Amino acid sequence: MDKTINITLKVWRQRGPKEAGKFETYKLNNISTDSSFLEMLDILNEQLVNEDKEPVVFDNDCREGICGMCSLYINGHPHGPDSEITTCQLHMRRFKDGDTITIEPWRSAGFPVIRDLMVDRTAYDKIIQAGGFVSVNAGGAQDANAIPIPKRDADLAMDAASCIGCGACVAACKNGSAMLFVSAKVSQLALLPQGKVEAARRAKSMLAKMDELGFGNCTNTGACEAECPKGVSITNIARLNREFIWAKLKD
Amino acid sequence: MANIKIDSKIPEGPLAEKWSNYKAHQKLVNPANKRRLDIIVVGTGLAGGSAAATLGEMGFNVLNFCIQDSPRRAHSIAAQGGINAAKNYQNDGDSVYRLFYDTIKGGDYRAREANVYRLAEVSNNIIDQCVAQGVPFAREYGGLLDNRSFGGAQVSRTFYAKGQTGQQLLLGAYSSLSRQVAKGTVKLYTRYEMLDLVVIDGRARGIIARNLVTGEIERFGAHAVVIATGGYGNTYFLSTNAMGSNGSAAMQCYRKGAYFANPAFAQIHPTCIPVHGEFQSKLTLMSESLRNDGRIWTPKKKEDAEAIRAGKLKPTQIAEEDRDYYLERRYPAFGNLVPRDVASRAAKERCDAGYGVGATGLAVYLDFSSAIQRLGKDVVAARYGNLFQMYEKIVDDNPYETPMMIYPAIHYTMGGIWVDYELSTSIPGLFAIGEANFSDHGANRLGASALMQGLADGYFVLPYTIQNYLSDQISVPRIKTDAPEFDAAEKDVKVRIEKLMSIKGKRSVDSIHKELGLIMWDFVGMARTKESLETALVKLKAIKKEFWSNVKIPGAADSLNTELEKALRVADFIEIGELMAMDALNRNESCGGHFREEFQTPEGEAMRQDDKYMYVSCWKYEGEDAEPTLLKEELKYEAIKVQQRNYKQ
Repeated sequence: MDKTINITLKVWRQRGPKEAGKFETYKLNNISTDSSFLEMLDILNEQLVNEDKEPVVFDNDCREGICGMCSLYINGHPHGPDSEITTCQLHMRRFKDGDTITIEPWRSAGFPVIRDLMVDRTAYDKIIQAGGFVSVNAGGAQDANAIPIPKRDADLAMDAASCIGCGACVAACKNGSAMLFVSAKVSQLALLPQGKVEAARRAKSMLAKMDELGFGNCTNTGACEAECPKGVSITNIARLNREFIWAKLKD
Repeated sequence: MANIKIDSKIPEGPLAEKWSNYKAHQKLVNPANKRRLDIIVVGTGLAGGSAAATLGEMGFNVLNFCIQDSPRRAHSIAAQGGINAAKNYQNDGDSVYRLFYDTIKGGDYRAREANVYRLAEVSNNIIDQCVAQGVPFAREYGGLLDNRSFGGAQVSRTFYAKGQTGQQLLLGAYSSLSRQVAKGTVKLYTRYEMLDLVVIDGRARGIIARNLVTGEIERFGAHAVVIATGGYGNTYFLSTNAMGSNGSAAMQCYRKGAYFANPAFAQIHPTCIPVHGEFQSKLTLMSESLRNDGRIWTPKKKEDAEAIRAGKLKPTQIAEEDRDYYLERRYPAFGNLVPRDVASRAAKERCDAGYGVGATGLAVYLDFSSAIQRLGKDVVAARYGNLFQMYEKIVDDNPYETPMMIYPAIHYTMGGIWVDYELSTSIPGLFAIGEANFSDHGANRLGASALMQGLADGYFVLPYTIQNYLSDQISVPRIKTDAPEFDAAEKDVKVRIEKLMSIKGKRSVDSIHKELGLIMWDFVGMARTKESLETALVKLKAIKKEFWSNVKIPGAADSLNTELEKALRVADFIEIGELMAMDALNRNESCGGHFREEFQTPEGEAMRQDDKYMYVSCWKYEGEDAEPTLLKEELKYEAIKVQQRNYKQ
């Protein structure tokens, strides 16, 4: 019942942001196809530790597809070959016996490598700090049911809000653009009356911050949407552009 | 020793007026002075994130730490089902009193009345606050908020955002936090791990933390320290917690004199995806909300269960009359929505009796076929689609067509750092909030109440109570980190790290952690006995020795080193395990998540010993190899009548 496979891994190893990296090749035998991709890397690391070598460094935490911590560019795809899941939800049954699997970090000017497969995504925090919030303090809010919100708007806001901030959209984009990430937050808040008040200011300042941090522009290739583990739609980018144009017109 | 009195500082007056009275008479800090006061908040989950944001909004100078790369990653994000509040929007008879009552009863009468009442009181403010932040809660077609029901309640009081409520609430807190970071009131320290608490003249004055990227050990001083580092469920290695979730900050505080309360109270969640192999790194929870529409069963006949385990029979081939919906059978009033501890034990009982399914026999079915017939596939998909997808990705089975398999797993720890009504620990200036403290859930937490407690503590309770402490600190200048206490704490940390690095043994950290987890699950797990706990204590001593003599950590300490990070945490997990076993051994009763086989009714229900154990056990550290002292906070119930929990009628 328990099927196992033998695989070869080509893993990107890099000591630090300024140092040159290279691929290392590892062979792993008898990997259960029921194990997850990260569990497979755990097995590799156990093997490396037992050989007195330093384990491969990769970000991960919740291992259930929601924290956005795991990343990895697997065989040319952010979060691997499966659709609408994160790397931690990817299972080895997606691979065949004898496969060679190439694992790289996110590659983008906005996300410098820290070590091996771990990258620095604080740029995303800075973009949110630039305006990805509603300016309310704790304590003063009115009753939650005081403003009815059409179910459709609430649902669309929820869809946009499901972004986990993993960075796959940037990694997938040939321009290294963070537009899907920015547009998801701008859309979520612009769709709700609570966030509408600051919508114009928010769109402008988040986009300005995105540019400042070295992310590229959007040329509508749609790669971000195709690789997004949460299926966040590029219609959000259209909504962001509308908000942005409105904001500019009002200036 | 026994003359140390535990003062929980419960305000005077009738239960319903205590919090208002407290707020009316507490001391406050004026705006000009707030700027001069520094507060360290460790953790950025629902409790830590909301506290840091709110303290920043008030004008305090906040230093906020997390081990992840961003505050938005904290494990609160994984909570799926929802958050409770006593809004009574459904007009089904809910009230602050009923939420309070359900929480006390769900906790099997081991929580502090005054704290729980306050929690129920502020629950409504949380929903208002989150909606104002733009949290996209589920709504009805009329535009008003939707609710669902959860275990241990007979009303629908749970607010939710698809199956991602924790994520949306955390992103709400994170957005408020980000706003304060932009304003400069909060400074973030991501990829930093607290390694010790610094106490000066009996007061918490700072922390020692390791920069996880550079490996550098750094000092941070403040007028108060807030611990919001979550629970210690990963003591069991396999749990629903995130890989990085750990109990080390709590243990550092414990070793500096903060009491550790009710360590034995760990919650085992009934609906997790069963264990499938020894390479497994964590367990995935399937939200309790699934029990709204899913029915739990095992085969009625042993031979059917055997055939299923052998792969000869499929669950869909078992006729309706041959299925045992054991929760509905045993608990007609609450059915599939009994509290978590009750549901978990019932599953274990069926599997132990030989009716379990799956390859290992350690699983029961959670079946949606009748819900799909009743509501249609679309409605079921709208409610649980993302959970079904998650299940299918992990197990490779389609829950729309065949029942899910579930089994209990460690999920949450009700025990934690002891706090009084003000959320202050037994060290002045040290506060603990969220899952890291012990306060509100007694011996068992109800579903959708963790999010409520985390946000209640962070948005609405701590920002008040901490001022009562800080008001007499306004003349204390900024804490300098060159004090001898900082030197000593930093040296201790460095010595500990050096010791770990120099062992150069043969075993990886994970291999020892897994062994620890098995000891905990087998001997300090869902059903405990005097013998099993005594065995655990012997085995834990041995594993502690094994760890400190045979662990292997490659790499260097003064650099990024994930194995060292894990080793520091596992060293503490072993000691937490000892505390848990000791506490479980002391508590000669069954209550909530703590089930001692010696203490059960003829029907197998938990049997409390109220005359002997109606207290919070507070463990006080007495030194490296000394036994801790047990102090008791007696629990008094004035507003409610203590009864045996009954979910049958």
